[in-house]
Amino acid sequence: MTAPDETGIGVDEWVEQSEGRREGHTGFTAPARRLFDKLTPGSRLTLFLLAAATYPFLVRGSDVRIGITILLLAMVALGLNVVVGWAGLLDLGYVAFYGFGAYFYAIVASDQLPAHWPTWIAIPIIVAASALLGALLSLPSRRLVGDYLAIMTLFFAQIFVELVRNFERLPFVPDDLNLTGGPNGIPGVKPFEFFGFEFNGQELLGGTLPTFSRQYYLVLVFLGLLIVGLHNLNDSRTGRAWRALREDTLAAEHMTMPVNRLKLLAFAVGAGIAGLSGALFATVQNGVFPNNFNLFVLIIMYAAVILGGSGSIPGVVLGAVAIAYVPELLRDPTKAGLLFYVGIAVVLFVLVRRWDKIAATVGGVFVLGLVVRFFSSRIWDESILGEVNDTSLSRLLDDWVLNFESQRDVITSYAFVLAIVGVLLVVLATGWWKIAALIPTLYLAILVWENKLVFQPSITRQLLFGAVLVVMMAVRPQGLLGTRRVEIM
Amino acid sequence: MEFFLQQTVNGLTLGSVYALLALGYSMVYGILKLLNFAHGEVYMFGAFAGYGMLTILGGSSALVVPVWLALVLMFLAAILASSAIGVALERFAYRPLRQSTRIAPLISAIGASFFLQAAALLMFTANSRTFNTPQLIAIDSGIPFGPIRVWMVRVLVIVTSFVLMVLLYLWVNRTKTGKAVRAVSFDREAAAMMGIDVDKVIVVVFLIGSALAGIGGVMVGLVFGRIFHIMGFVAGLKAFTAAVLGGIGSIPGAMLGGLMIGLAEAFTTGYISSTFQNLIVFGLLIVVLLIRPSGLLGRPELVKV
Repeated sequence: MTAPDETGIGVDEWVEQSEGRREGHTGFTAPARRLFDKLTPGSRLTLFLLAAATYPFLVRGSDVRIGITILLLAMVALGLNVVVGWAGLLDLGYVAFYGFGAYFYAIVASDQLPAHWPTWIAIPIIVAASALLGALLSLPSRRLVGDYLAIMTLFFAQIFVELVRNFERLPFVPDDLNLTGGPNGIPGVKPFEFFGFEFNGQELLGGTLPTFSRQYYLVLVFLGLLIVGLHNLNDSRTGRAWRALREDTLAAEHMTMPVNRLKLLAFAVGAGIAGLSGALFATVQNGVFPNNFNLFVLIIMYAAVILGGSGSIPGVVLGAVAIAYVPELLRDPTKAGLLFYVGIAVVLFVLVRRWDKIAATVGGVFVLGLVVRFFSSRIWDESILGEVNDTSLSRLLDDWVLNFESQRDVITSYAFVLAIVGVLLVVLATGWWKIAALIPTLYLAILVWENKLVFQPSITRQLLFGAVLVVMMAVRPQGLLGTRRVEIM
Repeated sequence: MEFFLQQTVNGLTLGSVYALLALGYSMVYGILKLLNFAHGEVYMFGAFAGYGMLTILGGSSALVVPVWLALVLMFLAAILASSAIGVALERFAYRPLRQSTRIAPLISAIGASFFLQAAALLMFTANSRTFNTPQLIAIDSGIPFGPIRVWMVRVLVIVTSFVLMVLLYLWVNRTKTGKAVRAVSFDREAAAMMGIDVDKVIVVVFLIGSALAGIGGVMVGLVFGRIFHIMGFVAGLKAFTAAVLGGIGSIPGAMLGGLMIGLAEAFTTGYISSTFQNLIVFGLLIVVLLIRPSGLLGRPELVKV
């Protein structure tokens, strides 16, 4: 253990971290936080890798694909974390580097070109080319700060998608050369192959073990190497310089830090990681399509970084696991219902914090539901006869919440708007007024959920990710595992 | 020549809508130094509110009120919906973050934009709606402009936006509230010390910017017919391009930028190919940003330490 007075140069950082540590030791999660703090980074990584390595044994074959999605998102989010979390540059064109890597690999490892490059040559070239592209983009942007950088990189992402989609129609490209496949993308990308061993979607070890994919372990190995590399990078001189840049660019410049070169380096490192993840994505998906690299994908990456805690490696990995796993939960109505009601319970505990008020809220919602149902069924009996979502939870609620047989879409739309207004009122209100606003809001939320959202997993997912970004910024900008920034005035 | 004039009119129509949107971006940026990514979604909701009002009034083919009243009511509905969303955004997504780092409100704005898009998808589904404007205002009505006739709806759009912009310009430069807006955007802390209610000024700016966006949404619906839930994203990007091109924070700059973007887009579509309209617009912005980061009519920002 290093005593605080020995840390010298890093003393500010120690003060900053101590606040984070103190914070971790209160509340519901205190035991887990304390345990997590005791582990060294090496043992954390080992534990994570062990858990990840056993995952394919625990699930059925096709679910391994979910695991691959999670690991890939973790990789690409770690790259984004270098740019956004460490260097503090808002790069909204990040998804284009991911796409660049994916398309590059797809072009050299499919029938688009007659020559198929060996994987061990293709990968370093892709990483280097992506990094170079990142550096090139940051070259003109180095004069731009904050918002202008964001908008310019966003345009870059847009231009990338447009180019890929319309490549063969560009004026300088001959008609018979269609590298990107236009809107149809490139199907049939070859798997990674190192010295004769093919990382395809087949089972490992000759099929003696339950079916799981070689690709999963390939991605896991890359992720492990990436985490080790990034951990060391974060502790290095460059890593510290990046953080200084993030906190105060002007001050960093006055401390003779080469600000422009550091920005360029951050962009290049982030882009390189994105390129590598993109290549892996192309081989896992067996193809690339322009829509794999749109704004939604960028939002998912940002949600992972922000939720977990930008700047923290374990945080970003945790965020990626949470963000990538949510869509899978939403796809299954039973799990989705569980997620929704557990989420409501958590929000209730965080918002209200007192047992009597929580009991009053739950009771109030229950009574309100019965009253509404009683009157509504007298006036218009179609309001309770609707089709019920076939899960045990929903069948249980069928006798309580309204279930519309006709006009379902219109009514739930109004209820949705009212629920949003209710949420905003809950944020504004205090004391018992908060409870008074919470009761109808919760009822409306459950109504909308049971009547509509549970059938629309993809919309629910979008709503959730958007809300995650807004709420996290307002409530806990440092994310789940990040440390709160010390504001120096 | 006829084709050229036609494209010019197209560009002016499109450009005046972009200018209305760009004003919202520009004012908010001027006062908060915040890039309101959700502004495009505010515009989209305005368009849907206008469509909703049209449906309530019986739809384009069976209106129960005179056409002029229907148009006024549509614009009013759009103004109401958009300004409500704009003010709510300011209050709940941006105000809590006013003292935080610069990157936080940007991320919040992206999240809000995404949330609003998904909300629109939930409420209006992914189907596009058409205003059926030719049934409201005959397509052969209009005023002659050289060898071509300009459709009355286009005239309406161009004239209304110019009137609104002139009014806004006068409001900012001649009224007391306008003076407060300028003061807050010049130096928020000093303005607060002089007794200006900064929060109120910011709310007013969001209100006006969002109302203009809503009007723009209905105009787009009227001229181009189709509205859909993701229309706000690209329009928002282009309007921001317009604001930056003209010099962000400057009201004449937003108008100039909007018209330039509109014309550039119309001529690209007319003479090259519609495939490249976005490419050219975005490319134009990148070039302008690199050469003149403060835009055509903007003043370079001085950094105080």
